[in-house]
Amino acid sequence: MPVPFDPSADFAEYAHPEVLVSTDWLAANLGATGLVVLESDEDVLLYQSGHIPTARKIDWFTELNHDVVRDYLSGQEFAALLSSKGVSRDDTVVIYGDKSNWWASYALWVFKLFGHADVRLLNGGREKWIAEGRELTRETQSFETTDYPVVERNDSPIRAFRDDVLAHFGNPLIDVRSPQEYSGERTHMPDYPEEGALRGGHIPSAASVPWAKAANEDKTFKSLADLKALYLDEAGLKAGDNVIAYCRIGERSSHTWFVLKYLLGFANVRNYDGSWTEWGSSVGVPIVKGSEPGAAPAPRRQPRVVL
Amino acid sequence: MTNPPSIDSLISDFNDLGVQDRLSLLLEYSDNLPELPERYLDHPDLLERVEECQSPIYLFVEVNEDEKVNLFFSAPAEAPTTRGFASVLHEALDGLPAEVVLAVDNNFPDELGLTVAVSPLRMNGMRAMLARIKRQIKEKTA
Repeated sequence: MPVPFDPSADFAEYAHPEVLVSTDWLAANLGATGLVVLESDEDVLLYQSGHIPTARKIDWFTELNHDVVRDYLSGQEFAALLSSKGVSRDDTVVIYGDKSNWWASYALWVFKLFGHADVRLLNGGREKWIAEGRELTRETQSFETTDYPVVERNDSPIRAFRDDVLAHFGNPLIDVRSPQEYSGERTHMPDYPEEGALRGGHIPSAASVPWAKAANEDKTFKSLADLKALYLDEAGLKAGDNVIAYCRIGERSSHTWFVLKYLLGFANVRNYDGSWTEWGSSVGVPIVKGSEPGAAPAPRRQPRVVL
Repeated sequence: MTNPPSIDSLISDFNDLGVQDRLSLLLEYSDNLPELPERYLDHPDLLERVEECQSPIYLFVEVNEDEKVNLFFSAPAEAPTTRGFASVLHEALDGLPAEVVLAVDNNFPDELGLTVAVSPLRMNGMRAMLARIKRQIKEKTA
């Protein structure tokens, strides 16, 4: 059974306030029936080094990505994973993590590929919980495994493939990488070498809005007014737009996808997880170098090859 | 490339364990990374940033009069994997003769059995630390 929403006035202004919980709310609801708390970090040891009591770990690298194919789990594999984490289909799942919930947003996006209804983020993530001096533990609590149903992944509403991007030209794209990656000066983000691409630059017409601009110093999401200034006034998005966000492998852009979809309320927003590591190495797709977005080429519609 | 016994025993310590226990062992190393001595606390400028690591980590290498190597690392608690790697390198290499450290296999981090649990990018970070240690030794023994 889902757990009641966080009624915090801080969230009321967002399009979907029900997808956020505050640290106060989580502290008060830890252990509630129907609530599963998951930690999703970049650093594989961070959870073991201390986590929110009752939280279970979910690992983007070993658990959410497919072992062999560059893809996510199948419906069967996701069901097995969530069963092993003790999650039921109607549970409320609250995810939190390091780096302003960057990896938590990524996990949330993958849960949404499988249509898990009630997934929320802890606003401010791991860093805010710690900054407030709240309890961390190294103890893992035992829990009962569940029988999560096999649900086929439904990519199309929130996931864009390369050919979807080629057909999307004329509609807005948001590049959430650093300015140096956008201009083509770098093919990887600062401090993350060797996860690059063969060409540097960006997808033609994409507006540059580095993902972390959507977060405050304390790692919470910015206010609605600030987010509107960033994505509507500066990046030029308009209500009702059909938007695709991308980064390097689709994790930073999950954060932006979350902001556009749930906080600003864009109904049609997709994450292109192939992102620059695919586009920047793909044969025959257009790119733009430098700090200007560049003009959108004519959309290319081609049937996707089904293997 | 020849590995000293300290590295061979680390490789078997890690590989004798299941994947989850390998992470627990890495966390133990992370917890036990020696603190910086005061002379570096007061002089962070002497430390070298390892740019290839995703989390800020600094290292410094000393080669003493009898050509033995001493290693010093600084990494935040919120970067336990990076701290763990630094601590493993400390365990494996601290106190060894410079020529022994220079002869260590550059790819030994891949043999710890952690690649199944840690993304390839992070393993690169550990190799980069080793490369910088060797470079500093060469500069200091030249």
